[in-house]
Amino acid sequence: MSAQVTGAQSLVKSLEAAGVDVMFGIPGGAILPAYDPIFDSSIRHILVRHEQGAGHAATGYAQATGRVGVCIATSGPGATNLVTPLADAQMDSVPIVAITGQVASAAIGTDAFQEADIRGITMPVTKHNFLITDPQDIPRAIAEAFHIAGTGRPGAVLVDIAKDALTKMTDFNWPESLSLPGYNPVMDPTPESIRDAAALIAQSSSPVLYVGGGMIKSNASAELMKLAELTGAPVVTTLMALGSFPDSHPQHLGMPGMHGTVAAVTALQKADLLITLGARFDDRVTGKLSSFAPNAKIIHADIDPAEIGKNRIVDVALVGDLKATINALLPELQKQFAKSKPDLAAWWEQCNSWRARYPLGFDEPTDGSVSPQYVIQRLGQIAGPDAIYVAGVGQHQMWSSQFVNYEKPRTWINSGGLGTMGFAVPAAMGAKVGAPDTVVWAIDGDGCFQMTNQELVTCALNNIPIKVAIINNESLGMVRQWQTLFYNERYSNTDLHSKRIPDFAKLAEAMGCVGLRCESKEDVDRVINEAMAINDRPVVVDFSVHRDAMVWPMVAAGTSNDDIVIAKSMAPIWDSQEL
Amino acid sequence: MSTHTLSVLVENSPGVLARVASLFSRRGYNIDSLAVGPTEDPNVSRMTIVVNVEGHALSQVIQQTDKLINVLSIIELDPIASVQRELLLVKVTTSPETRSQVLETVQLFRAKVVDVAQDAVTIEATGNSEKIQALLRVLEPYGIKELVQSGLVAMERGLKPGKSHQPDHD
Repeated sequence: MSAQVTGAQSLVKSLEAAGVDVMFGIPGGAILPAYDPIFDSSIRHILVRHEQGAGHAATGYAQATGRVGVCIATSGPGATNLVTPLADAQMDSVPIVAITGQVASAAIGTDAFQEADIRGITMPVTKHNFLITDPQDIPRAIAEAFHIAGTGRPGAVLVDIAKDALTKMTDFNWPESLSLPGYNPVMDPTPESIRDAAALIAQSSSPVLYVGGGMIKSNASAELMKLAELTGAPVVTTLMALGSFPDSHPQHLGMPGMHGTVAAVTALQKADLLITLGARFDDRVTGKLSSFAPNAKIIHADIDPAEIGKNRIVDVALVGDLKATINALLPELQKQFAKSKPDLAAWWEQCNSWRARYPLGFDEPTDGSVSPQYVIQRLGQIAGPDAIYVAGVGQHQMWSSQFVNYEKPRTWINSGGLGTMGFAVPAAMGAKVGAPDTVVWAIDGDGCFQMTNQELVTCALNNIPIKVAIINNESLGMVRQWQTLFYNERYSNTDLHSKRIPDFAKLAEAMGCVGLRCESKEDVDRVINEAMAINDRPVVVDFSVHRDAMVWPMVAAGTSNDDIVIAKSMAPIWDSQEL
Repeated sequence: MSTHTLSVLVENSPGVLARVASLFSRRGYNIDSLAVGPTEDPNVSRMTIVVNVEGHALSQVIQQTDKLINVLSIIELDPIASVQRELLLVKVTTSPETRSQVLETVQLFRAKVVDVAQDAVTIEATGNSEKIQALLRVLEPYGIKELVQSGLVAMERGLKPGKSHQPDHD
């Protein structure tokens, strides 16, 4: 039954019908009509301090829960402040829906106050977007937006609604079915492609399961475990896939890529078959593409057909949902293996030797300062595999990927594709809202933290007790590392002088959080435990760390994965038969 | 590089041309020509896009375009199995001495004169790209004052597979 409501009421009813339980946003002129019914809604609205925070919070929420995250902002600057989080979510295939107010339809195109063509602006950074000028279209657009964001390859969707569409009277009719003739995600790979893939696996003597973020999106970790144990193949998980396969599993070689383990990077290089599952041959994984995995045949499973062959020509394409794909592959493989199963013993001997000779590690600084890797390692050990870890972008992010052990999906949240500094605090806020009973640690850099820390005010006022570890090396550490390695140690504009300005502990206190400081190795455990014991407020710990620590191993940008270095000017020593 | 003709059916909704153009711009695909117009279904428009890409990149162009929510279908048209046409309007300088030669050329190419002035004629021609180019080559020595050309429009020859047995399907 339909009833006469305002467009704004129709919007809020639509969001409720879409199952939204929380949204992050800030009101303003054009979206103001929507905020009146929001006041009465069952949906929890969290008033953030900057729209970028709302967008990343929606992303953190979505990453932690698997549900669609929602953010809301006004027209013009409110909407443009969402551009970065939309691009971020889209790059990492995170389902979020952004609602923005737009100037009244008659004013569109007149350069009206707070007018921005946000549909045009976000076209290249969203999966789809809408501009609604007729209130009648609101329920359908919201239903379609949530469907598009959350299905197929997930992504960011924006719904821009003109102010007069929010104020006019309309019927509220929640659509019972959707008509999107141009949108039909393929869920099941063809039986032929499954047979071809199984045949390739059955012939491979040095395969690698190359697992990407799609594994987490597809909630297929249990299936991955079965596939890994059936094939006996080594597993590597990309930055976006950490936690989809337990780090502690003996078949796990670690993370591939620019700062991956020697074993993972080298296994991909030497493999005769890559079983690619929801990964996209990103340049940070492949290094110089033309020299990536030169001898490997490629099986590429992805729900997005446009990923097939985008960067690397494939031998077998499995277009479909990963869970369905693996479930179809398992019986076919069992059939193949019943005939003959390849012996991977020699391959494992090689992989194990790389793993044994080049484990991840770090040097303790000689000047008595604290090593950042040690702090992160202890944090992971004390908070354990049940906690959610959310990183910003840079050295601290890479160390968090290396020195925290991830055992479960959705316990590691970061900005992989876009590399958005400032992601951690708002995304941790969103994750904590989605998983209130889970310990959520933001591991942040002092550079990142200064971009978005205002959301700690939001956390303090809304009972969102996240914990933030600032890995404070007083510099833009990753850029500084590149300056050390490639720019003759000319540290142009990377020194943040952030040892005391700002005073992070005092800043935290000013924002209603507990501010702690740690400056010696002996204090690391004590301070982490102190932070762990505080559950009624957000906590910020300022860890002063050695500023010259670098992320190793490293494959320099644009070079071959074969040229991985384990420390400055130190390449692994290969046996002659490995080259 | 080689040219390929893509026939794209899109929902007739606002912004759809911008979406396609934005995609091509963002992914760095070269458009040789683009024509958009209505189809027999008022809710659907057809875009005929001529792209200039290598073989491997072509499938990327098709897949990425197909991913747009408003894109209903996309196929590459085989030049042999399709009818392809461009429209040309060209204003050619004429003198009393050259006019008859120009008119003869018009006849040879089955084009037609749509406007005549003291010192120029305006010619309309349709055809595939080769014919249009050939006509222009012949007219060039007389002096081309102005020309305008449409993008290529194209359609598969014959009945669509599967439709031939459903004459009452509309």
